[in-house]
Amino acid sequence: MAQHGDSNTASGTAVKVSRAPESPGTGVVQSDIPQNPGFPPHNPRMTDLDPNKEKRAERQVAILFFLSIIGSIFALAAYIAYPIIPGDFGSIRTNNLLLGLGITLGLLGIGLGAVHWAKQLMREDESVELRHGTRGTPETREKAVEVFELGNAESGFGRRTLIRNSMIGALVLTPVPAIALFRDLAPMADPVKLLQHTMWKKGTRLTHDPTGIPIKASDVTLGSAFHVIPEGLLQRTDMLEQKAKAAVLLMRLLPQDLHVTKGRETWNYNGIIAYSKICTHVGCPVALYEQDTHHLLCPCHQSQFDITHEAKVIFGPARRPLPQLPITVDSEGYLVAQSDFHEPVGPDFWERET
Amino acid sequence: MTTTTDTSAGVGAPEAPRSTALAKRPSVTASAANYIDERTSISGLVKELGRKIFPDHWSFMLGEVALYSFIVILLTGTFLTFFFQASQTPVVYDGTYLPLKGINMSAAMNSTLHISFDIRGGLLMRQVHHWAALLFVASIGLHMLRIFFTGAFRKPRELNWMIGFILFILAMAEGFTGYSLPDDLLSGNGLRIIDGLIKGLPIVGTWISYLLFGGEFPGTEIVGRLYTLHILLLPAILVAALGVHLVLLVINKHTQFAGPGKTNDNVVGVPIMPVFAAKAGGFFFIVFGVIMLMASLFTINPIWTYGPYDPSPISAGTQPDWYIGFADGALRLVPSDWGFMIGDYTFSLNIVAPVLVLGLFIVAVAAYPFIEGWITGDKREHHIADRPRNAPTRTAIGAAGVTFYAVLWAAASSDLIATHFLLSIEGVIRTLQITLILGPIVAYQITKRVCLALMKKDREIALHGFESGRIVRLPGGEYIEVHEQLSDYERWRLVSFQDYKPLMIRPNAQGRISTLERARGAMSSWFFEDRISPVTNTELEQAHGAGHGAVETGSADGHEIGTGH
Ligand code: HEM
Ligand code: FES
Repeated sequence: MAQHGDSNTASGTAVKVSRAPESPGTGVVQSDIPQNPGFPPHNPRMTDLDPNKEKRAERQVAILFFLSIIGSIFALAAYIAYPIIPGDFGSIRTNNLLLGLGITLGLLGIGLGAVHWAKQLMREDESVELRHGTRGTPETREKAVEVFELGNAESGFGRRTLIRNSMIGALVLTPVPAIALFRDLAPMADPVKLLQHTMWKKGTRLTHDPTGIPIKASDVTLGSAFHVIPEGLLQRTDMLEQKAKAAVLLMRLLPQDLHVTKGRETWNYNGIIAYSKICTHVGCPVALYEQDTHHLLCPCHQSQFDITHEAKVIFGPARRPLPQLPITVDSEGYLVAQSDFHEPVGPDFWERET
Repeated sequence: MTTTTDTSAGVGAPEAPRSTALAKRPSVTASAANYIDERTSISGLVKELGRKIFPDHWSFMLGEVALYSFIVILLTGTFLTFFFQASQTPVVYDGTYLPLKGINMSAAMNSTLHISFDIRGGLLMRQVHHWAALLFVASIGLHMLRIFFTGAFRKPRELNWMIGFILFILAMAEGFTGYSLPDDLLSGNGLRIIDGLIKGLPIVGTWISYLLFGGEFPGTEIVGRLYTLHILLLPAILVAALGVHLVLLVINKHTQFAGPGKTNDNVVGVPIMPVFAAKAGGFFFIVFGVIMLMASLFTINPIWTYGPYDPSPISAGTQPDWYIGFADGALRLVPSDWGFMIGDYTFSLNIVAPVLVLGLFIVAVAAYPFIEGWITGDKREHHIADRPRNAPTRTAIGAAGVTFYAVLWAAASSDLIATHFLLSIEGVIRTLQITLILGPIVAYQITKRVCLALMKKDREIALHGFESGRIVRLPGGEYIEVHEQLSDYERWRLVSFQDYKPLMIRPNAQGRISTLERARGAMSSWFFEDRISPVTNTELEQAHGAGHGAVETGSADGHEIGTGH
């Protein structure tokens, strides 16, 4: 309480705190300013004036705390009374709801009670504390400087430059081995090589994603689109890594709708074309095919690729067409790859063209 | 002059009788306190901090919300660690959720489903954790805006702004690493985007991605590694930074808004013990309770409907958590075909450009206090929070920044905007691209105008009072509207603020003006050319002498109060 008493004298005019004069910069130091009127008179609350109101507030606070107790007990009861029944999604919902509501009441009761208590019953008039400049007093600062000077003098840190510089050199170098240790975060291979190839080889059958059932050219009707993975993918231990590069979209268009550049004439089979499904922007699956426009749309950042023009980018942040997988049919009529992609699939990377 | 309230009416009055009772027979509390103090000298700390004063304002609670949601995150996150398995070992799901039975997934996804469907209250804890995370980042963001718009980052609080900024970055990093842990379809696609983003970085990208994922994407390492970051490294740094943040808050003391009796040299508010403690402690439970309520009623991140990660399927309209949106939006707004070759090497400008833009934006936010401090050259301590209107250029810069962020954020939902309002996606993107450039400029201009207009109005009201709406007919027959004067207390809020003049560039000793000084001068006039200075005492006296009725004004001797800041 004493502090509050003191502050009465401190709040208005007696604020000339001794402080090093700090530059105001371009701040205007006003000398002709209106006067701080000091604190407004304090208006007591109803609970301060009327003992009945005070009693009532007290009861309200206690009721809130009691509600909290009820909430916690309810939560316990709900935990026991509403178990999760295997296979019954509704039971999970109920458990979640009732347990949660019980705990909510337990928490809100305490919270609202405490705030109500503070607002209605605790002293609410404002108190005042003085600020002092953040910097230490001149004496303290002097002492601090002295400590450093003593440290320097007693160790010879500034004087013995040979020791000092060799120590700094040693300190700088110690973390270097630690950096080297991070090389083995990944196996000893060249990531550039890995990124340049996929599972597709000459003769690999195109199969349905995710079943792995081979696709016959005759299954691919005009206008249809298939999600495709290479045959043998599902047996691989590195299935996800391979799939992240080898996923393909298969579509069939009228051959005359395709604008084929030189050298790619044999890459489609009667208008059946296969393109990498991995977006050349940052690698999402380009999964949306608009049949009437023959556009592929990447749902991540809306890059669009025109299938009739060899999947060139017609909109969005991607900058390369989707790589085409050259395909043909084998003797049984199944679609197979003629080779791997002729360029790396997926997002751009620095060494892509090397 | 001082009119502080009398203190005798306090509820704390019955201290005296109790202490005499203590003298007779020490209570359990007293002996416990004694026991601890004799081993820790904690009484010194209690004496120092126990009655520290905290100013009260609703906007000061935003930081508290952040703190409390973080505590909630720690509690629920620890619970989750008891059940979560950070492993990408493939397993076949055999749990209670029938639609996924027999499906291949990673142990991480499997254990998250286990938490959700087999552990009573597990789903609740997951949802509390996630809702609290969303609230955590949101409240930090709003808290930062409060600090910015009130100038509470000025000396001596620049360093605490930096620390707060680091907390914001850490919060987003925590959010992203956490989001990636369950290894469901959405989180996997998020990681796929990060992978593509990293690969697009010049020179180092391929290798960073390779090392981070422990081989080719997605690999079997990433969840375990992110887990270490999520529950060990980042929280440790976060807690440490938070500690420093709060210690500096105590050392600097809280800012307060200008008001009668408040000066740059005092703190007016409620003491920690008991009022602030009760309010803040109660508020913690309220925040916790509200998060708990949301978690009981609203599903968040229902990974069972997404399924396990697979690089091939994806659903349209997927959204990252809200705080990652601005980065995703930046990726979307890049025009087609941004990139080129440097010899044999691919320079992906479509990646580098958004990364650079976001990087610059973030650095500008972090550095703002130092930039403004350099422009004003003001080395005084500032403890009175500005009303945003009284710093028009800063407020306008803030509005421009918020607009920039908001456009990026909206861009992350470009597809939803297009489908929802039946627009073409191209049209939406084009519009957003233009808005990203023009929006901040427009927001800047409008905000600055509005601030200046509000300042003018404040000045007018301080000098001449406000229009009361009461029309009076003078004896001569003319009608006037009676102007009502403000009370001294009300007026003080309008007239007490800090004013700056544009910098006068002066040649140095060699008679030259350095480029740096020239730049500073240019920035300074940009900041302070349009200014409305605070009402002076002389003006007030003149205004009131001029026939608006006698209003008592003090003499000019009290000026230290106002010039303190
Ligand atoms: C500011 C800090 C943090 C943020 C923003 C955050 C955010 C998240 C998010 C968004 C998730 C995904 C939850 C979901 O499945 O919907 C998550 C998961 C998780 N978090 Fe945190 N978290 C934070 C700190 C912590 C801490 C400190 C711990 C442990 C002590 C922790 C433990 C976990 C665990 C075990 C999971 C995985 C379980 C699951 O996904 O259900 N988190 N976190
Ligand atoms: S990943 Fe396809 S557009 Fe970004």
